Amino acid sequence: MDVQGAYNAANHFLLKYLGISLFKALIVVVIALLHVAYITYVERKVIGRMQQRLGPNRVGPRGLLQPIADVLKLITKEDIIPSSVDSRWVFIIAPFISLVAGATSLAVLPIWEHFVVTNVNASLLVVLAMSSLSSFGVILAGWASNSRYSFLGGLRAGAQVVSYEIAMALSLVGVMMLAGSMNLVEIVKAQIASPFKIYAIPQIIGFFVFMIAAIAETNRTPFDLPEAETELVAGYFVEYSGIRFALFYLAEYFGMVVMSMLAVVCFLGGWYGPFDIPGIPMFWFLLKLYFLIFFYIWVRATLPRYRYDQLMGLGWKVLIPLSLLNIVITGFIKILV
Amino acid sequence: MPQALEIIKKQIGEDEWDEPYYVNMGPQHPATHGVLRLFLELDGEYITHCDPIIGYLHRGIEKLGETFTYSQNIVLTDRLDYIASAANNVGYCLAVEKLMGLEVPRRAQILRVIVCEMARIASHLLWLATHALDIGAMTVFLYCFRDREWLLNIYEEICGARLTHTYPCIGGVRLDFTPHIIEELYKFTEEFPNRIPEYETLIDVNRIWLKRTKGVGVISGEKAVNLGLTGPSLRGSGVRYDLRKTVPYLIYDELDFEMAVEYEGDVYARYRVRMKEMRESNKIIRQCLDKLAECEGEPVIAENAPGLFMPFDKPKRPQAAPHPKKVYLIKGVEVPVVPEGDVYVATEVPKGELGFYLVSDGAGHPWRMRIRAPSFVHISAIPDLCKGQMVADIIAVIGSIDIVLGECDR
Amino acid sequence: MEISLSLKYIPILITALIVFVIGLAMVIINQVLGPKRPYSEKYLAYECGLPPTGETRHRFDIKFYAIAILFAVFDVEAVFLYPWAITFDQIGFFAYIEMVVFIALLLVAYFYAWIRGGFQWD
Repeated sequence: MDVQGAYNAANHFLLKYLGISLFKALIVVVIALLHVAYITYVERKVIGRMQQRLGPNRVGPRGLLQPIADVLKLITKEDIIPSSVDSRWVFIIAPFISLVAGATSLAVLPIWEHFVVTNVNASLLVVLAMSSLSSFGVILAGWASNSRYSFLGGLRAGAQVVSYEIAMALSLVGVMMLAGSMNLVEIVKAQIASPFKIYAIPQIIGFFVFMIAAIAETNRTPFDLPEAETELVAGYFVEYSGIRFALFYLAEYFGMVVMSMLAVVCFLGGWYGPFDIPGIPMFWFLLKLYFLIFFYIWVRATLPRYRYDQLMGLGWKVLIPLSLLNIVITGFIKILV
Repeated sequence: MPQALEIIKKQIGEDEWDEPYYVNMGPQHPATHGVLRLFLELDGEYITHCDPIIGYLHRGIEKLGETFTYSQNIVLTDRLDYIASAANNVGYCLAVEKLMGLEVPRRAQILRVIVCEMARIASHLLWLATHALDIGAMTVFLYCFRDREWLLNIYEEICGARLTHTYPCIGGVRLDFTPHIIEELYKFTEEFPNRIPEYETLIDVNRIWLKRTKGVGVISGEKAVNLGLTGPSLRGSGVRYDLRKTVPYLIYDELDFEMAVEYEGDVYARYRVRMKEMRESNKIIRQCLDKLAECEGEPVIAENAPGLFMPFDKPKRPQAAPHPKKVYLIKGVEVPVVPEGDVYVATEVPKGELGFYLVSDGAGHPWRMRIRAPSFVHISAIPDLCKGQMVADIIAVIGSIDIVLGECDR
Repeated sequence: MEISLSLKYIPILITALIVFVIGLAMVIINQVLGPKRPYSEKYLAYECGLPPTGETRHRFDIKFYAIAILFAVFDVEAVFLYPWAITFDQIGFFAYIEMVVFIALLLVAYFYAWIRGGFQWD
């Protein structure tokens, strides 16, 4: 084969690879987007049922078109950027940072052994990096809005996300120790060896810490202090309205989906289940994912909100020592076995 | 509030770098229960100073009361504490009746107690709902509204209105209960005691709730008395003061119920007091329903009760006209509309002690109507309660003293 | 042909771009469809229905810096732990003891910060 031919072949291969990646990424993002849209619907419906009311039931049969109506409404709203905004560019870019960082992790999260946009070595690290990036959007939004409430909300968000970041990062160390890998596909495969094909049992402390930290990372009740409606009105996005608000909203729900997916992959055994469902390889994955999302919603309907000092106390004084303890115990047991 | 103005002036003029952080909370804020405005001075997340600024809902009810007749004024009292308007109506009617020297028939008294206690439950339910929502427990909110809805439906059947009842009138009540209402109330009193544990399981055993309410916004009994707190907010600090017990009116002295008292003086204690009061109110309604059966068919309005259309004019003074103008209060009997004099009657409404001070110069309308609104007094306690607390706690504290701005601003 | 390691990260970038484009498209559609009826009050910052007064930028609590510093310490610790955790099977008992000593040392600093009120917000 001559040089030119090899070059062409490589080029062709690269283009094909990029094309396939683009296609895969597009599928994943669109499916995730649909999920996000319908999570908002399910959330309202489920919370409605938990609170003895109906939830959305006007738009379409059983309110099924409600998310679409919401998007249409938000998209036809006037775009308002307050004149007091400090830096227009930061104000405009902040929701994009949140959104992109929140959704990009989807690229590395395996839904099935052969269905992941890209199977990289350090995929867990990518997810963690992206989840800490998304807090930048929140802090920048709070800072750029130049309003008292968003300023306080931004500060709170910054400190909260940073604190729970550590707990989350440490809670995953136990998983890495057991699996001996940072590759999420490998982690799922390694879980076959553990009881019930899940790590949630040997890593019960880690799972517990991770779930709490994940709720705090995504600013959901009972840790929704940065946007505590009854204290800071809406916190960091108080000045955002219309479609820019929707971007933050999307980012929050993407974060929720990503965190739930990460929990499924790292602790609940990914796509493996007690028995195989022929034809639908993602069945167990989706089932676990939906359960975790339901769990998020359930928590929201049940718990009151923490106070700021209590939240920080929980993060620093309980979760971090617990996750460190988890590492030591995991190592000890692994040495013994 | 001169202090707040001063601060703002200073803030604009001088270098504010070293000054504390000022935040306006309200009037347009999701958690200030109406249009209360709090001017906060923050140090980090802590409050160093708090100025409540009121008046955004001022409608001049006291002044308006001087231009309406005694009967028409009942409608104004609906708009005071619009969450429990029946209790306000009763308080006002008691004052006017005392002024006129009217004797209210027993059946009307029982009916009044029932609507008062229903108002208490409805008000406490709404309080619990919003208080829980403020702290972030969303589900309790809707559970409470479900039961409040039931009460409002009963109200609707009683008097046709859900929020502004105007059910009592001077000399009694407008209408008797139909058998269906009594049946419905029996059902309610049967079911409601089971509902209270439902709320309690939602929040009372929740660690986050306890953390957010215990030891927050503590006020000692002595200080509470000095600040003029009344009602559940006072009883939460261990002061045994409930007008239904201490100065019984209507038929409260015949009824068997306990005064709800807690001793810690924090948000949680005030919450406990209200929960207990709901149970007691339920008991009272039940007893009243039994008493109602004893006086079936009796009148619900005094025979000599004034009509809705009272003569508005003041009887002319002797020097102005030789023959003082007599007006018909009761058909055929010529008397002055209302005896001259003044009267103060206080009743225990859900929020605290609601007092009506009426001055009559003999005309069909009060010469002066002064309302001692518990919410107004309670707001003056906010600076003391909020000092040194966190921003999140203000919400819990304001919620726990249960203010209604309609009553405060009047 | 195998995909080289660094190329494998390109799809992450592609995903990010797709999400960004979706977001951008929403904003652009909004610019086209949304009404524009400007008046000055609409562009005021929200302050509970009152015209905003004074500076919003302000000195804030030193504790936020303290948290940031502690975060740096602990995050670096987590970064140290990751490679150790992955190779845990190969490096064996001695490395475990080393890491326990490392965590213990860190805990000393942690409790120092705790006792000095680093995690105290009141």
